[in-house]
Amino acid sequence: MIHGLLGKKLGMTQVFDDTGQVVPVTVLQVGPCVVTQLRTTERDGYEAVQLGFEESKRLNSPERGHRRAAGSSSRYLREMKAEDISGYSVGQVLDCSMFSAGDRVDVTGTSKGKGFAGVVKRHGFSGGPKTHGQSDRHRAPGSIGSSAYPGRVFKNLRMAGQMGNERVTVQNLEIVRVDPEKNVVLVRGAVPGANGQLLMVRTSVKRRQAKR
Amino acid sequence: MVDVIREIESGYLRSDIPNFGPGDTVRAHVKVVEGSRERTQAFEGVVIRRRGGGINENFTIRRIASHGIGVERTFLIHAPRLERIEVLRHGKVRRAKLYFLRGRTGRAARIRERRRSATSVLQ
Repeated sequence: MIHGLLGKKLGMTQVFDDTGQVVPVTVLQVGPCVVTQLRTTERDGYEAVQLGFEESKRLNSPERGHRRAAGSSSRYLREMKAEDISGYSVGQVLDCSMFSAGDRVDVTGTSKGKGFAGVVKRHGFSGGPKTHGQSDRHRAPGSIGSSAYPGRVFKNLRMAGQMGNERVTVQNLEIVRVDPEKNVVLVRGAVPGANGQLLMVRTSVKRRQAKR
Repeated sequence: MVDVIREIESGYLRSDIPNFGPGDTVRAHVKVVEGSRERTQAFEGVVIRRRGGGINENFTIRRIASHGIGVERTFLIHAPRLERIEVLRHGKVRRAKLYFLRGRTGRAARIRERRRSATSVLQ
């Protein structure tokens, strides 16, 4: 069994639940995913299912050759760890009916890139005073350490740098609705990335561990 | 992508909303839960704004409660908790957002009535 599928973020909206409360939801397209390759313990040392998602018209010939066995022209390929791959065969199409409303999922994607960001934006520092004769101190990080002892700046000190455009997982999102016909899944809350972002939607790790 | 979202929203949109806008006096009947019981509560006042679109469209009613204290409540137009909206009076106003009413009390806060066909009032 694999625990998830590939999908993409379509956007956010809100719906009403049974009691009339507003529920903020993210609309995801999940699947259909094609099994493009199987990883086996004998050959690869581990078991996994390689999934393809979304059609692409721009594939070069090695890429097309890799997908030929599955009869697909998937744009994205990602591996999904599996405990047992015996139920899967290359070319098989999986849809979002493996999820149902009320389930919890983890959603992994690439967050929106913010570029090289200062400490105020990146780490929520307060910056310096705005007045009282300050110059160039408004968004400065302040002291980054002591003097002769230790005579260096500690590792992992929060500083300015690249923010966003990194792999982010949001755990334990509740599934509000599943529409296997349209391959649409609604999850409560936000997921990483811009609309159209490739996502991995997997059953919640925390729930899986709790069941054991 | 947007079409899918519109379609999801369209399932929640209501068609029984009367035609009303800023300046109109309306009575909104809201379902409130008290303990285990559910009853309907009315909130009456002047609509001071209507904003948003689609499923997020909402409006704000301003009413002068006891002791001359202004109370504003905002409702989602398509909320299932909103049982119905009664339009009592159409007001004649020249702007979309009537925030200037917040600074006024008594006679200064009156809005002149706009006469429309009888069918549009009290639907």
